Amino acid sequence: MDVFGSFALVLAFICAAYAFGGGIAAIITRHPLLIKSTRQAGMATCCLIFLATFSLEYLFFSDNFSIAYVVSHSNRDLSTFYKIAALWAGQEGSLLFWSLLLAIYVFSVLLTYRNKNGELMPYVGVVMAGVQIFFLTLNNFVASPFKVLASPGADGVMHYVARADGNGLTPLLQYPEMVIHPPNLYSGYTGFTIPFAFALGALLARYPGEKWIHLTRKWTMIAWMFQSMGILLGAHWAYAVLGWGGYWGWDPVENASFLPWLTGTAFLHSVMMQEKRGMMKVWNVWLVFCTFLLCILGTFLTRSGVVSSVHAFARSSIGAWFVSFIVLIILVCLGAYLKNRDYLKSENQLDSIVSRESSFLFNNLILLVSCIAILSGTLFPVFSEWITGDRISVGGPFFNKVNIPIGLLLLFLTGVGPLLAWRKTSTESLKRNFGWPLAIGVAAGVIAFTFGFRHFYSWICLILCVFVASTVLLEFYRGARVIRARSGASFMASAVDLTMRNTRRYGGYIVHMGMVFVFIGLAGAAFNRDIQKDMRQGDTLQIGPYTLVLQGFDTKPEKNYTAQRLLVEVLQNNKPTMMLYPEKRRFSTTEENGTMVAIYSTLKEDLYVVYAGTSPDTQLPVIHAYLNPLVKWIWFGGVVVVFGTLVAMLPNRRAVLVLAAAPQPVGQPVAHGLPSSVTLREGHD
Amino acid sequence: MKKQAKFGVGISVIVASLGFLAWLGYGESKTYYHTIAELETLNGSARSQRMRVGGTVAVGSIRHLAGRVDFVLEGEGKTLPVSYIGTDPLPDTFVDKSQALVEGHTGPEGRFVAEVVQAKCASKYEAAPGGKGGAAPSATEPKGM
Repeated sequence: MDVFGSFALVLAFICAAYAFGGGIAAIITRHPLLIKSTRQAGMATCCLIFLATFSLEYLFFSDNFSIAYVVSHSNRDLSTFYKIAALWAGQEGSLLFWSLLLAIYVFSVLLTYRNKNGELMPYVGVVMAGVQIFFLTLNNFVASPFKVLASPGADGVMHYVARADGNGLTPLLQYPEMVIHPPNLYSGYTGFTIPFAFALGALLARYPGEKWIHLTRKWTMIAWMFQSMGILLGAHWAYAVLGWGGYWGWDPVENASFLPWLTGTAFLHSVMMQEKRGMMKVWNVWLVFCTFLLCILGTFLTRSGVVSSVHAFARSSIGAWFVSFIVLIILVCLGAYLKNRDYLKSENQLDSIVSRESSFLFNNLILLVSCIAILSGTLFPVFSEWITGDRISVGGPFFNKVNIPIGLLLLFLTGVGPLLAWRKTSTESLKRNFGWPLAIGVAAGVIAFTFGFRHFYSWICLILCVFVASTVLLEFYRGARVIRARSGASFMASAVDLTMRNTRRYGGYIVHMGMVFVFIGLAGAAFNRDIQKDMRQGDTLQIGPYTLVLQGFDTKPEKNYTAQRLLVEVLQNNKPTMMLYPEKRRFSTTEENGTMVAIYSTLKEDLYVVYAGTSPDTQLPVIHAYLNPLVKWIWFGGVVVVFGTLVAMLPNRRAVLVLAAAPQPVGQPVAHGLPSSVTLREGHD
Repeated sequence: MKKQAKFGVGISVIVASLGFLAWLGYGESKTYYHTIAELETLNGSARSQRMRVGGTVAVGSIRHLAGRVDFVLEGEGKTLPVSYIGTDPLPDTFVDKSQALVEGHTGPEGRFVAEVVQAKCASKYEAAPGGKGGAAPSATEPKGM
């Protein structure tokens, strides 16, 4: 099977090379058969990568311990679930996994547009094939996952050797989220290849109009959604597994995943300027280019360990390949831009500072500043070593100081931006749209202050969250009221109807609402508390309203590890509430330890209990308990963001039926002073 | 032109204040990377900087004491005694022969006082696994957001 896999990878490389070279020839000659054959070569590449991945998984499932990669990341007792995840447990497999996910995207694109956009697609195909060639080069020649174990025998000739069992999967990855977090994140990273390919292709082809933006909108949103999920799942994994009570430590690899998300978010917003007003064309093209570059950089940082991180210590040789690829992409993008920049001329100028355009512009600038700050902070050790010879790193305070105000500014714009009119917003409409939300937000702030809420940033965050949530709810309320007046349906049904008529706009609002929830959760971090204590059986520990009573210990042998559990009874306000079982796990094959945190999570707060080991002084087990307010809102917000993104991807339902059936009340919204808010104004999307 | 000027002012104010915050954060958290061998050669103000040192945990050197954990890091033929004084539990991966990164200050008598310890087990096969999916070591982390 390893030979099969290797062959599939070599063939995939050849097919990709043909799709690339043949594609360029097809662009020059415009020969229809050549165009068709390169497209099919592109699709064949994808199928072959799929076969290669399949054979690696087969090797895992058949416990083939003659393959180095299988030995390193699996063992016989590893459960099925984690044998799937073992695919991306190391360098070689992760890179193959990258290729696989990219192949799925490329295949879908080639299939979807096989009979459409004939002028553009050959260019797009060439760009996609180019990216595939790079990763297939790594898969084939630099980090092959199919290397077999061999050692020199007595005759001096190399012999294959097979091990009886593998080393097992590192305990930190033996956690359900580790099975879904990397696929999500990688789907995000790889997904941005598609908008990149279209943007570069359109620029090279001088493809007229804004069509590439319409074509790539859904692909960008899919990539963005996966990236968002990947980041949040990673945060949740760090929270639930690493046992330090936090979910985000500004670790280089975390940052690496966050960077393309920032530029991708900026891009999703600024394309609207191009669609509606023909502005920001150069900016948009470069945003896509940068997003893709940051995806490659993210993969590079994750894989190479160039910056010391929780995730990657050792440096590897793969770095040079990535750096060369990044430089190559920059050169190609720069060349294409310089050659065809006249095609990106803006059609309009900024009209007013209080307008949708300017709010988008600010949103973009702030996202970009955040991105630059995080990028420079992440790469600081590398650059400082180049410049001064000293390797200097910056930590949490640096990132937090810059990004907390940025986050709050963005939150503010989330509320304001969508309700500003294009071109110029009148004072009248400002009052109408923001009067109530502002009043409610300030009221919430005053109430919180009188109840002793004193943390400055969290307090501002609270006001803004209430403000933004009010603007979103007000929009739904107004729109739904108009529809209800026409159709007589219930309020909920009207709100759903409203959403379905302009999915892009209202889906966007739902995403914004999700972000509000995420911010509520983040603001809670200012009030985290923790306490650590050596516990004798029957001892109690008090944190907030909870009393923890150590009832006992037990040892539970499992297939792959032995778990030492603490039996902790939780009393809330002195009433027995539940039992928690924080664990220490000892993995037999790797002789490594793992921690399982026990979390009692409510919307108000998380009680987070860690079995922190044995005290050297007293030989008693140590419990480290954290009380982290509002954390659940972050995960909940993430779910809402994903839901909103999915809604925004649905096609709009036309409103023809309702308009024809009930012509009479159409005038009603005018009487309410809302002529434009539902039917005429083009959505925030 | 006037609009663009307004815009420019707005943006400059934002960027300038963020830059100032970044500078504050930089001063508060900058940490120098040094090897164990380099530590000996440092003098003057360079010794009082916050720094990060990497090495291998010497076999049998980990001693749990009241309020701190002492151990010895080895690297490039040199050794460095370390006292970990952080409150977070040491990572599960912190054992004899594991690779460790310690963060803190140099203390009296050549002892390094660490507030943060990251550790990774020496992998049995790969010299350089790393990566999100790779051997993700655990750490005692300063609490971020």
